[in-house]
Amino acid sequence: MAIFVDSNTRLVVQGITGSAGAFHTRQMIEYGTNVVAGVVPGKGGQTFDGVPIYDTVAQAVAQQGANASAVFVPPPFAADSIMEAAAAGVALVVGITEGIPVLDMMRARTFLKDYPSARLVGPNCPGVITPGQCKIGIMPGHIHLEGHVGVVSRSGTLTYEAVGQLTALGIGQSTCVGIGGDPINGTNFIDVLSAFEADGQTEAVIMIGEIGGSAEEEAAAWIAKHFTKPIVGFIAGKTAPKGKRMGHAGAIISGGKGTAAEKEKALIAAGVAMSPNPSEMASTLKPLL
Amino acid sequence: MNIHEHQAKALLKQFAIPVPEGRVAFSVEEARAAADSLGGPIWVVKAQIHAGGRGKAGGVKLAKSKPEVETLAKQMLGMKLVTKQTGPEGKIVNRIYIEEGVDIARELYLGMVVDRATAGITIMLSSEGGTEIEEVAATNPDAIIKIHVSPAVGVQPFQLREAGVRLGLSTKLVRNLTKFVTSLAEAFVAMDCSLLEINPLVVTSAEQVIALDAKINFDSNALYRHPNIADLRDLSEEEPSEVAASSHDLSYIKLDGTIGCLVNGAGLAMATMDILKFFGGEPANFLDVGGSATVEKVTEAFRILMADKVHAIFVNIFGGIMKCDTIATGLVEAARTLNLNVPLVVRLEGTNVDLGKQILRDSGLEIISADSMADGAEKAVAAATKA
Repeated sequence: MAIFVDSNTRLVVQGITGSAGAFHTRQMIEYGTNVVAGVVPGKGGQTFDGVPIYDTVAQAVAQQGANASAVFVPPPFAADSIMEAAAAGVALVVGITEGIPVLDMMRARTFLKDYPSARLVGPNCPGVITPGQCKIGIMPGHIHLEGHVGVVSRSGTLTYEAVGQLTALGIGQSTCVGIGGDPINGTNFIDVLSAFEADGQTEAVIMIGEIGGSAEEEAAAWIAKHFTKPIVGFIAGKTAPKGKRMGHAGAIISGGKGTAAEKEKALIAAGVAMSPNPSEMASTLKPLL
Repeated sequence: MNIHEHQAKALLKQFAIPVPEGRVAFSVEEARAAADSLGGPIWVVKAQIHAGGRGKAGGVKLAKSKPEVETLAKQMLGMKLVTKQTGPEGKIVNRIYIEEGVDIARELYLGMVVDRATAGITIMLSSEGGTEIEEVAATNPDAIIKIHVSPAVGVQPFQLREAGVRLGLSTKLVRNLTKFVTSLAEAFVAMDCSLLEINPLVVTSAEQVIALDAKINFDSNALYRHPNIADLRDLSEEEPSEVAASSHDLSYIKLDGTIGCLVNGAGLAMATMDILKFFGGEPANFLDVGGSATVEKVTEAFRILMADKVHAIFVNIFGGIMKCDTIATGLVEAARTLNLNVPLVVRLEGTNVDLGKQILRDSGLEIISADSMADGAEKAVAAATKA
């Protein structure tokens, strides 16, 4: 079953002819993702590796039945593209673009309230993959293995780290979701965890957070009440100096709020097994399966 | 990006937000000229550095005569100011701001931030202005009034009337505060701020509100549409190695340890620091080469690490967009052009990993290779301890 994406997913790539969009479209097709269309304003009527290009997402939906979108559009135009996809009726919008102005995302989130059936994942995220069925995003496909562990993470490369560890132990994944590191994003930990809870294929979860904000604390409160499957957690940034911005716009601690220690405390209290270091996420989960 | 107080006030003035009159000065002569043109009879001499807590550290002083302005300018220019926010190394004062004195009846706190929890802008108002707001937040959180600004319609007058009642302000004052906050919220959005803090927000005896201090942080992702603001960046306020890194689009933060880290992705970079500490080591930096690094960018990253005088370097790459062969080629290139004379521990995984490992083997470089993040961290800690 898995969550968000599967073999029925029909993907439109927004910004399919840009360097990142082109490279990753080929990777996604190679992995087996059903890429049905590309969108580049002004390039409608052309094709990319045989994939038809349209000027608008609405055309891609009408003519190719696209039901998911990947946004590779440059930062100044990315929020507009996200809103376009939602308005066109796409059910899942995956924002890959890094560096979108935060107030653009604030406006996009306000806009998305009028389209409650559209789910935004990201932006500034690696994407979503259901191993063996569909990969939307930039994660290396070959490290994944079909299976029953869900992965949800704010960090891209740490998601790969967790997946790599699981696969090395022969533990497959149901779906892996990178929710992104930006201060204002779409899908949050609780959205993904509730989907994993309801998903028959997912038997356990690895959840990877990082310093800054309070998303992990809120997730911990939700887990304590609603989540019944084994779950392993890791919080990156335990040793980050206070007040310094660690690359992700999100990873800022200020005034003692959003520290790794606070987040770990909340997760442990909710029954989450914490991985003692980032190299032991899968080995911490294994005995719980 | 941060800017100086005097720059922040000049920007706010463009939005008709009341600020005291002032002049920036880089020398004692300029300070004297500023005092002359402001007239007096009271002046405030304020050190301009990118850190708060200046008042308590001696960076804000009152002058009652023009010679006193000169004396204070002489003292402050070139002095090292150590505040709660600068760290023990402090900051050198290169410029000062001479301001007219303001009649202060009451001090409030006003902050405006992008709030992840509400996906909007939140205004914080407190009657406890002037003091450390973190202390207030910790000891008396009810003293901070939070106003959610609707992204669709902006801050509404009733929200400030309600705040005014809680703060015990007069009708006239609420009217002035509403005007002030509305303009400030417009400025926040128009300039793509990530934080805008007025502390203190002064109420005069004539019930006017004035921004006595102003701290603005800008969303660096939006600077491309504000070239005038980008020009305000003061590189002398930033760590030179961090400036070098940012000019190559590398996300780098200098730390105090001995093990240089080169990682792709912010989360993995933080986790790398965590695991080094877990095994008893101290990271010398946070360095995220990003997803789309070129060979030149990787070489530059090594140059920055070597300048840090590290005892060992730990390269931890899980290639997604970043291909392992790019990292390996950059590493070999850096070793050739730089005198790479410290132990180098390399862990490669992900896209094109075999190709990357082959490049490293063929290079003949002395490299300690690691099978996992933990293995690499242990080896890096051991190598740094021996060195």
